[in-house]
Amino acid sequence: MSDYMLEIHQIDASYGPIQALRNVSMNVSEGEIVTLIGANGAGKSTLLMTIFGSPRASKGYIKYQGRDITNIAMHEVGRLGIAQVPEGRRIFPAMTVEENLIMGTLPIGDEHMEEDREKMFVMFPRLKERRNQRAGTLSGGEQQMLAIGRALMSRPKLLLLDEPSLGLAPLIVKQILNSLRDIAAQGTTIFLVEQNANHALRLADRGYVLVNGEIRLSGTGEELLVNPEVRAAYLGGH
Amino acid sequence: MFSKPNDPPMLTAFKDSSLVGMIALLIFSPISGIILNGYGFNTHPQTPIMLAFIVFIGRFAYQLAALTPWGQRLIQKFMLSKGKRGVYVASPGDQRYLWIILAILFIAGLVLPFYLSKYYLTVAILALIYVLLGLGLNIVVGLAGLLDLGFVAFYAVGAYTFALGSQYWGLGFWSAIPLAAAFAALLGGILGFPVLRMHGDYLAIVTLGFGEIIRLVLNNWMSFTGGPNGAKAAEPSLFGLEFTRTAKTDGHIPFHEFFGTTYSPNTKFIFIYLVVFLVACLMIFFFSRLRTMPMGRAWEALREDEIACRSLGMNHVTIKLSAFMMGAMTGGIGGVFFAAQQGGFVNPTSFTFFESALILAIVVLGGMGSVVGVVVAALVLTILPEMLRDFADYRVLIFGILMVFMMLWKPRGFLPIRRPYFTKEGQA
Repeated sequence: MSDYMLEIHQIDASYGPIQALRNVSMNVSEGEIVTLIGANGAGKSTLLMTIFGSPRASKGYIKYQGRDITNIAMHEVGRLGIAQVPEGRRIFPAMTVEENLIMGTLPIGDEHMEEDREKMFVMFPRLKERRNQRAGTLSGGEQQMLAIGRALMSRPKLLLLDEPSLGLAPLIVKQILNSLRDIAAQGTTIFLVEQNANHALRLADRGYVLVNGEIRLSGTGEELLVNPEVRAAYLGGH
Repeated sequence: MFSKPNDPPMLTAFKDSSLVGMIALLIFSPISGIILNGYGFNTHPQTPIMLAFIVFIGRFAYQLAALTPWGQRLIQKFMLSKGKRGVYVASPGDQRYLWIILAILFIAGLVLPFYLSKYYLTVAILALIYVLLGLGLNIVVGLAGLLDLGFVAFYAVGAYTFALGSQYWGLGFWSAIPLAAAFAALLGGILGFPVLRMHGDYLAIVTLGFGEIIRLVLNNWMSFTGGPNGAKAAEPSLFGLEFTRTAKTDGHIPFHEFFGTTYSPNTKFIFIYLVVFLVACLMIFFFSRLRTMPMGRAWEALREDEIACRSLGMNHVTIKLSAFMMGAMTGGIGGVFFAAQQGGFVNPTSFTFFESALILAIVVLGGMGSVVGVVVAALVLTILPEMLRDFADYRVLIFGILMVFMMLWKPRGFLPIRRPYFTKEGQA
């Protein structure tokens, strides 16, 4: 019996004939911020999606709070207290900001909706200003905030984020990563997949480096930040 | 179009109105300017010119009114959605006058059949049937975003469930309604399963095929369905009272004998009209409520982003299947009324691809997902062609041109979807 919140044990995953993950093992303990960095096509998003069962792991297992979730349906994973901020934000563009947030409560029902919505508006005041605006008309950064807010509406214990910094201005990236720190401080465990290694490693307690579908390195955020290999590959290192 | 930004406003208004008048002239000339006379035709140029002039005056008045401040306020009030391409979300206070308007429309709808001739009664019934079909397809295409080109299949299934059911098992009109609904929903579910993983074009092709399969089966299974000769359904009845001159089923008495009135062939159609009207009202109520419920929200979310839906813990399988089944169910009910309206006779030629296209046109013209829009479009698209009977040869042509221009000018339909503002009750 492990006491990891999320344990990924020696999984393989592939898209048809192309193997995207090889023997990947990693874990996340409760209360941590863990980041996974890697180049384009290293398999970061695949790993995140494997937790949600699409694609499925062909070998190994994934356990969440000690329960094997390797083969359960995608929509059921969402009801276990795991929420995902998908790559490319994927908000509902024709719905208003507020409605997007309401959609986030689906896994737990709307019992805490009022309270949680206020919390999101405090965390992201921009969303409050635009609460009745269609989400499709928001800027990229605001959409990302909305995507995070929507995910948090289900009161997740574990929040998975796939490249929240994608395509955003540096200032907004900083703002978003800061809010992740606040979210973690309020007791949500965070697993962050990022290409922006510098920011991600500064934020994270621990990190993993994924290269060509395999975990190459792991360590604390500070360790990885000063690691010559990481610096060379991801931080334009000198 | 021809006006420059710094023209005086009066000139702009005049140019704009002239343009609108020209368009009206172009539309009206073939319709009202040419009267067929045997194999030739007579021209009546004054009618279209008059009509175009009325349009011109109306537009000019509107433009002038728009220049005054009170006119602008008025327009603002009525044209809230103008210029907005997206979805307009109703504000919570929008519904003040709604109930009064709805009540008036409802009563008008109930009284209407008693003042219509038999011909217009059948037209009105047909229009209401298309309202039902439009509402059904609206769930599948408008809300859930699944392009279905074979919707007529469920319509056919409903009609044939009634006809064959009464032929083989003595099924009556009333029991046919729930049974056809259930059976069509079942078929919707069966169609739904194989297409769960499909999107867009592929889904459209599969549903198109499904629609044709149903029609071909009905057409070629001579021994069971009667093939092209069609099938005969029972006469509709109310508590054992029939609407025919003499009772067709043992134990039934004609309606007029029971009440001691004289026989009128209209009675049956008034009866069918009232039933289909009430069912349509029920469906409109049901579907507009559904939109604010988790199920309706899930359909819309599915249309917007399937992956996001699944990661939010929504089961896309049940969502898609429920959309298909709800849509099919409504189509099936429409089919029963169609069989009744046709005097109980149905044959496969009523269920061609053109019907599917027409229903889809209703949904698209009305505004995808908009209940009111679909109702209006269904009424317009069924009543207008009947009004244009004299002009039957060009009906489809006009229809096509109308569609093209609609898509250019109002890509979101007559009445773009106004999604109800949903929030936890009482708190905005």
